[in-house]
This record gives sequence, C-alpha cells and structure tokens, in this order.
Amino acid sequence: MREIWDILPGLGDKLAAHVVLSASAIGLAMLIALPLAVWASRSPVIARLSLSLASLVQTIPALALLALFFPLLLSLRSVFGEGLPTLGFLPALMALTLYALLPILRNAVTAQANLDPGVLEAADGVGMTRWQKLALVEAPLSAPFIMAGIRTASVWTIGAATLATTIGQPSLGDPIFAGLQTQNWALVVAGCLVSAGLALVADWLLWWVERGIDERKRWKWAAALMAVVAGVTGALASQAEGKDRDTIIIAAKQFSEQYILAQLIGQRLEAAGYRVEYRDGLGSAVVHSAVASSSIDISVDYTGTIWTNYLKRTDNPGREAMYRTIRDWEMRENGVRVLGRLGFENAYAFAMRQDRAAALGVTSLADLTAKAPRLTIGGDPEFFERPEWIAVRDAYGLGFGRSRNFAPTFMYNALQSGEADVISAYTSDGRIAADKLVVLEDPEGALPSYDAMLMLSPRIAGDKGVIAALQPLIGAISVEAMREANLAVDREDAQKQTPKQAAEELARKAGL
Amino acid sequence: METPPPLLRFDGVTCRFGEVTAVGGVSCDIAAGSFVALVGASGSGKSTLLKTVNTLVTPSAGRVLFGGEAVTALPPARLRRRVGYVFQGIGLFPHFSVAENIAIGPRLAGEKLPPERIAELLALVELDPAYARRMPDALSGGQRQRVGVARALAGGPELLIMDEPFGALDPLTRDALGRKVRELHETLGLTTVMVTHDMAEALLLADRVLVMDRGALVADETPHALLAGAGGAVAQRLASVPREQAERLAALEGLGEGPR
Repeated sequence: MREIWDILPGLGDKLAAHVVLSASAIGLAMLIALPLAVWASRSPVIARLSLSLASLVQTIPALALLALFFPLLLSLRSVFGEGLPTLGFLPALMALTLYALLPILRNAVTAQANLDPGVLEAADGVGMTRWQKLALVEAPLSAPFIMAGIRTASVWTIGAATLATTIGQPSLGDPIFAGLQTQNWALVVAGCLVSAGLALVADWLLWWVERGIDERKRWKWAAALMAVVAGVTGALASQAEGKDRDTIIIAAKQFSEQYILAQLIGQRLEAAGYRVEYRDGLGSAVVHSAVASSSIDISVDYTGTIWTNYLKRTDNPGREAMYRTIRDWEMRENGVRVLGRLGFENAYAFAMRQDRAAALGVTSLADLTAKAPRLTIGGDPEFFERPEWIAVRDAYGLGFGRSRNFAPTFMYNALQSGEADVISAYTSDGRIAADKLVVLEDPEGALPSYDAMLMLSPRIAGDKGVIAALQPLIGAISVEAMREANLAVDREDAQKQTPKQAAEELARKAGL
Repeated sequence: METPPPLLRFDGVTCRFGEVTAVGGVSCDIAAGSFVALVGASGSGKSTLLKTVNTLVTPSAGRVLFGGEAVTALPPARLRRRVGYVFQGIGLFPHFSVAENIAIGPRLAGEKLPPERIAELLALVELDPAYARRMPDALSGGQRQRVGVARALAGGPELLIMDEPFGALDPLTRDALGRKVRELHETLGLTTVMVTHDMAEALLLADRVLVMDRGALVADETPHALLAGAGGAVAQRLASVPREQAERLAALEGLGEGPR
C-alpha cells in the first residue's frame, strides 16, 4: 500500500497526457456526432447508416482499433507527406474519437426521435424557422439525453485511453502496462486507481452538467462545465511546457528485457546530456515501423524477428550473414542505422534440467536424436507450429515420444517436476539462470539467431553524440548478465528490482 | 349590396400523400368575422385542409388565399403570426415558462412582450397573472390549453385556426373553454375556423358548419338548417347523434318527474 502512495505523485505527467487525449477525443466526437445527429433526425437513411457504422466500430476491440491507425496513417503519408505522425497522439485521438461516437450519436438521435410531436408542431405553428426550431426547442429538450451520452462516452474513452500506450502515446496505461509486464503490482494498481478516479470525476462533473440542464439551473451546469474546462486547460498547460525536439525517444516492447534495456540506454544518454523519453509497452508490431518513421528514435530488436517478419525470409544463412544482411537492408530500405549487437541472444532454445541432461549424457540437440523417442518435450502453445521447431525437428530428425503444450510459466514447473524432459525456452529468460538449466547446443545451426540489436532511427542515425554514448553497449551484455537482470525484475520475492534498478546493476556488471 | 371580399378562400385545394388523396379539390370562401366549424369523421381530410391555411401542409394542387394573397407566397413566420394556431396536442414548450410560451411568436418577430401584455392575455383566458412564471408541467390540462389559446392570440392575429382544440379536455373544462373562445371571437373581432369531430360542439359554437367526407366538402349549412334536416345524408348522420342524445336526455328527464 505504501508503494502505491509513493508512485502516485509521479503519475502527474501521465494523468495530464491522459486528460488531454481523452478530452480531445470526446470533443472531436461531439463535433462529429452532434451535426450528424441533426442530419439523421431529418433523414432516416443517414440515421440508419451513421448508427450502423458507429456500432460497427464498437465491435472492433479497442486495442486493434488503435493499432489499425498506424498502417492507415503510414499509407496516408503518400498524400500528406512525411510530416504526418503515425504514432502517438494522432492515431490515439482518431481511434478514441471513433470509439466515443456511438454513445453520443445514439443518445442524440434517440433524444430527437423521442421529442413530443406536439411540441414540434407548435414550433412550426408559432412560425419558427428550421434553425430556430433546432436552437430554441430541439437542442434544449435533447440536451439532458445528449449529456448522458457524453457521460457514457467519457467513461469509455478514459478507460480505453489507457490502451494508447501500445501505440506510443503517453497515458495512464504506461504504469499499467509496465507493471503488468514486470509484475510490479503496485504500479498496476496505481495506474488503475488514477484512471478510475479520473473517470469517476469526469462522470460526476458531467452528471452535474446534465442535472443542471435538466433542472434548468444555469449556475449548476455552468459551474460543472467550468470545472471540466479548468481541468482540461490545466492538463494542456502542463503538457505544453518542456516539449523539445532534441528529446530522444526510446521504445520498449511488452516484456521485461525491453524495459531494462530501454532504461540502460536512457541512463547512458542522460549521462551524456540528452533529454530522454520512454515509450514503454509498445506493441511488437509497431516498433519497427515507428523507428523507420522516426516516430521513435531508439529500439532494441532481434535479428530473427526482422529476418522473418520484415525481410520475409525463411532460410537460415547463419548468425553472421543474417546480421550483416539485416544491417545493410535496414540502412538501404529504411535509413535505420543498426549500431551493433548487444552481445546476447533472446532466441528459441531447448533447455533441460542439469541432472537429467547429465544422466542421459546430453549436451547438444544432436545427442537427443537417439534418445528422443523415450522423452517428453514441452513447448508454449504455439511452439509446435512455429518454423523454428520444424527446422530443428527436421535438422536433427527428432521424434519425441510425447509433446505437451504448457503456458510459459508452467513449462519450467513441468521441467522441474519431470513432466517434461526438454522444454522450449527463450535464451535470455531469467528462469534459465534461476533454475540452473542446461541450454542444449545447436551444432547444425538449425535455430535462427535472435541477436539483440541496437536500432537508431533515420533522425538520429548520424548523431555523433548518441553514437558515442551508446557505442560502449555493443558487445557488452552477455546472455548470463541479461538473464540475471531479467530474473531480478521477474522474481516475486524481496530481491525484486524495478527495470531501472536492474539496468543500473546490469551497467555495473558489464563494466560500463 | 356589395359583399366584402372573403378573408380566407380555398380554391380547388387538393392534398395527396403518395397514393392517398386526403383532400380532393375543396373550394370555399370564409368571410371575415365568421366562426366556421369544419366537421367530419376521422380521416375525412378536415385537419389536412386546416393546415394548408398556415402552410403546415402544402397543397399538391390549388391554392389558399388569405386576405387575397396566396399563403405559400407569404414568409411562413409572418403568416403564422397573423394566423393563431391552437391544436389538440397543445404543444407548450416544456422548457419555457408560461410567459415565455405566450411571448414566443412576437419574440421570433423580434418583439418583446411587456409583462402587462402577458397579464392581459392571461386574463383573456381567465388565468391569474401569477401563472406567468409557472412551468407548463405545473398546470392542469385545461390550464395548459388556456395558455395555448393565449399564445395563439399573442401576436394579435386576424384569423384563429383550431384543430380539435378541446379534444383532450374533460367535459366541464371543454364546455367552459369552448364558450370562452366563442366570447373571445366576438370581443376581439376574430375570424375563426375550428376543426372538430363533435357535431354538438360545432352546432353550439359556430355560425356556419362545413361537413367533409373522404376529402370532399359535402355540406355547408348554418346550425339551424342542419338541425332542420338540411345538408344531405353524411351531414344528417353526424347531426343525428346529438339530436338523438338530446331526445333521450329529454325523455329521461320526463320520466324523472314521476308518474302522471
């Protein structure tokens, strides 16, 4: 509980960003939905069409909707030029606006449809024009219902805005995603508390506006509205200061190693006098394009990932050739500078318990060929479908007696309890060190390599200061050191560290 | 003797809604100062015909002349100020006070009604001036329609058109408000056209009764002539209802006097 209180004051920035994003999305949604509702009240076709479209948007999971705007904006760059941001505020705003449309639109359309026909006839009967009717009768009578829609939209939007973290827009999702990944529950709870609190406050203030309009008490809705405006203005003001083009933005995907490395990079750059911002918890798919488009400046990516996902290659020319091909391809195609390899791999590997490996006399995958029919292999649910497994199976002629799927966490337990003899693992996973497992050698080179590489965006590809600050990291991080750091963050006991602490420790051990 | 030109003239008015012909070529003049009742069964087209006067309905063919001018040629806002409109739905604006409701017509024309004028209008419909500040939901049905009448009169109209104005009121209120409107018609020198399906109301209030049937005008008589049997089959069928009711009531009264 104490930890949560310690975290809360540090979330001011995220809160401000969250408020600005949510308020902008709701404001934009109102600008679109309200005229549309007026149009819909005069045309049943528009009413049906707009409501169906808004409902359709709701069926798309918010996370997917946010991610979809990245390729969309990327393709729009051919129209609007390279300056069009593809990550961060703009796509988050667009996705959340679409999301907020439905409740506002539906309430506004319903309110108009339910207006007393006698009142509308009277409006015509006393000689109102279309606009007078809208301004004097339809709008004021629909206002309480429309406000209820705006309230719903606000609560939804504030909740969904936490997901903006995944496309690089700072929000209260940052502590939630970071906490979930590093199992830092205080961080998760703090993020949720602030986000829920914000939703409650917004709902409460808008409720006052709604009541005020309904009861025709001007002071009531005016005061509540002023509180809303003041909150948004304050958030905007605090966001406006300290924006700096010289800031270096560092990405982290959604796992502990990425958080630690981002901190390590950031610490070195700060020591060299740079301002640094972190975009933690990014979706794996967007990081590469984000760096290529300079929406983000630095990331750590893995050779095998780039090789299969971006070069679309299925062959395995060997570790060195793969790295060199990728390095040249990145510079040629994207202007991205691969500064070098950090020194460790986060690859698929096969691990065994030390005693079991010794008893069977196994040190490499080649030794398994003869023994496999009597053994059980465990893998994560997708493992046996992946090209890495198929390559290994075919290269060594492995035919295991049994293969079982486990959730990653349970895979290690299964190995300990003897339910599996061999498991698929990630080479830099801290649990390999914690459980003192043997990673089997791969003499045929059947497993593609997953060397961790430092990637610099075109914007800073030639920045001598950055390069000088980061050059010492190249080749400096052994897989053992990375495993220890990962374990320090993943573990649940008293020795648990934050990614920042683990990064400091990692730097010290690497002699940096 | 020269007759004055009619205040209102229907000239071959036809209203079609898709396949349905609501009003099929009605022609008729209404003299200034007359109180005309437009009677007919549901769906006879009487309301539609009435709404062509203030252009809530535009005729598919024919025209409506008001003071010699085609109503469709007049700006709607100006026309509707000169034509007071009272209807069954009443349609008080629930977010306006009684005073604001009454003053809406002049307000739209850019004129602010002084409180004395509001009080005067309230007095016309026999409501206390204190009602001016009330909201419509604090009024009874009869009081609301009184405000509806006051609103229709606020602009100083020459013509008052009413569509089933007392249809939703209880019989006592209905009778009282009917008499009141007739009285206002006299004192303010109005021309009044009232649509009703209640022949008794028409016979008692109007000095001329038009009967409509399936979109056509089938009778145009004075109440006296109608009671005397004029106007044709449709009109007589409508007139027979109150006549028979009166006879039955009279018979009941006769029995009540005890054995003879």
